[in-house]
Amino acid sequence: MTNEPTPARSRRLLAADQANTPTSQVHRFGPDQPLKLDAGVDLSPFQIAFQTYGTLNEARSNAIVVCHALTGDQHAANEHPVTGKGGWWDMLIGPGKIVDTNRFFVICSNVIGGCLGSTGPASINPVTGKPYGLDLPVITIPDMVRAQVMLVDHLGIDTLFCVIGGSMGGMQVLEWSSSYPTRVFSAVPIATGARHSSQNIAFHEVGRQAVMADPEWCGGSYIEEGKRPEKGLAVARMAAHITYLSETALHRKFGRNLQDREQLTFGFDADFQIESYLRHQGMTFVDRFDANSYLYMTRAMDYFDLAADHDGRLADAFAGTSTRFCLVSFTSDWLFPTEESRAVVHALNAAGASVSFVEIETDRGHDAFLLDEPEMLAAINGFITSAARARGLPEVVSRDGSGDTE
Amino acid sequence: MSQAAPRLTIGAHQPRFDLDVVASFITPGAKVLDVGCGDGLLLEQLAMQKQVDGRGVELSQRGVNECVARGLSVIQGDADTDLIFYPDNGFDFVILSQTLQATKNPKTVLEHLLRIGDRAIVSIPNFGYWPNRLGLAIKGQMPVNRHLPYSWYDTPNIHFCTIRDFSNLCDEVGAKVESAAALDGSGQKLGVSMPRAFWNLFGQQAVFMLRR
Repeated sequence: MTNEPTPARSRRLLAADQANTPTSQVHRFGPDQPLKLDAGVDLSPFQIAFQTYGTLNEARSNAIVVCHALTGDQHAANEHPVTGKGGWWDMLIGPGKIVDTNRFFVICSNVIGGCLGSTGPASINPVTGKPYGLDLPVITIPDMVRAQVMLVDHLGIDTLFCVIGGSMGGMQVLEWSSSYPTRVFSAVPIATGARHSSQNIAFHEVGRQAVMADPEWCGGSYIEEGKRPEKGLAVARMAAHITYLSETALHRKFGRNLQDREQLTFGFDADFQIESYLRHQGMTFVDRFDANSYLYMTRAMDYFDLAADHDGRLADAFAGTSTRFCLVSFTSDWLFPTEESRAVVHALNAAGASVSFVEIETDRGHDAFLLDEPEMLAAINGFITSAARARGLPEVVSRDGSGDTE
Repeated sequence: MSQAAPRLTIGAHQPRFDLDVVASFITPGAKVLDVGCGDGLLLEQLAMQKQVDGRGVELSQRGVNECVARGLSVIQGDADTDLIFYPDNGFDFVILSQTLQATKNPKTVLEHLLRIGDRAIVSIPNFGYWPNRLGLAIKGQMPVNRHLPYSWYDTPNIHFCTIRDFSNLCDEVGAKVESAAALDGSGQKLGVSMPRAFWNLFGQQAVFMLRR
């Protein structure tokens, strides 16, 4: 409160710290427990930073794994240590909420390759004593999930009650339920697809090129050089952010409104509100995210193709599954349009799976899964409630959020 | 109040007597697919009374969202285009209630039902019901009444048939009728021993249980 330093600077240092000494629980997997990567090498040692909410019941049957999106992290339902903002899924997770932490034990871990405490490119490579940078092997969605499985094993949980996530998190949900079907009782993949489309890869490539074109990127070793490719990363975020919204929503919010001015300046300043908004999005993003991590995360999504791992037959990815699925898509999501979800639904039907699928009417685009969308929340609530009944989980003695359980 | 998502094809406010007959055909604990499940009333009833493993397909997104919010396993889909994705013999029973007449290709749909389910249960409105015949014969107009509330130009029911027509289609696709019931306008079952011509005249609707 008392000291008023340059806030950007202190936040920046905090962000860098999070990569190695996160404000989270951390589990370190030693040399005896390497993470086998799709790239064909072992990652060892490595660590996972994670948050938990609620209490694991005696039967160990009430655990929910929450998978975060591209630039998300493990702080799903608590104040973020860098930004000070609330959890990214406070809407859904908490005492008395749909993912009721009085009832469920919720685990959210930072993905491998991330920058909030799980081993990623900003982490110190134990071999060299320097940050990994691009020496970290390319990480895939299955790698991320394999690491989560190791964490869940470490926590002594055999079968998860539910795995839930949106976008890249949804990809992890699909990977979980495909590769570990007996360990996933129910699955909620939201605004996602079984593969990344050509257009999505294209947008990611633009973002990566923006990062790599920044001279401060230094071939990926900017941390050692004491530099940060903030401009490149900000541009990447600006471009990506557009894809998370919809034209209708953008126009509704910003139109052609001018930013703090009465008329055009005939220059290249941020004349329009939308420009100012995007610049702000870019600038705040670089305070909390590592540029190399952005390269690794986007690559992981690009590489994801669940059908390809099953000779092109997506239905085979779910053969014999007894997991209950609930898929959610949004009408205005042009990053993962409804057709992507529908393809998964058809594959699940072909596999004889139990599947629910709702398409939510909204103009808020891809990011709608993070927002207060009553129909989405009602669908997830109905699904989780009935799955919990089927799983035999006792109802919470409702105190209507009076929250005196501790 | 959010009005129940309509089983659009037939008068939405009409009591669904056929559902009781459909339910009576289902064995406890069976795996059931309800194609055109509307707001999920039947699925919910079957889950409670017969502990079935129920799934649904529904065209209207509103109906689907309502079903899922109530904990039912339902997806948005179209009987004409989406049944192809279901595997052979995936279900003990596949139900198509009051929907066949609204499909583009009733024959193909029926074949899919028989392929997907060990048994297919189909309920249809009977266009040969005597008030319909009378309306057409006397007034010379397509019938519009409480059972068939739509005008010809806005009806979703593009493939009406009579009980006799449907029986013929069953023969054509090689379906065996295991059980059948016809209901009159007040939902009462017509005598099983009555000749089919009687059903065809006095049945307002009929329910068939079929197998390959």
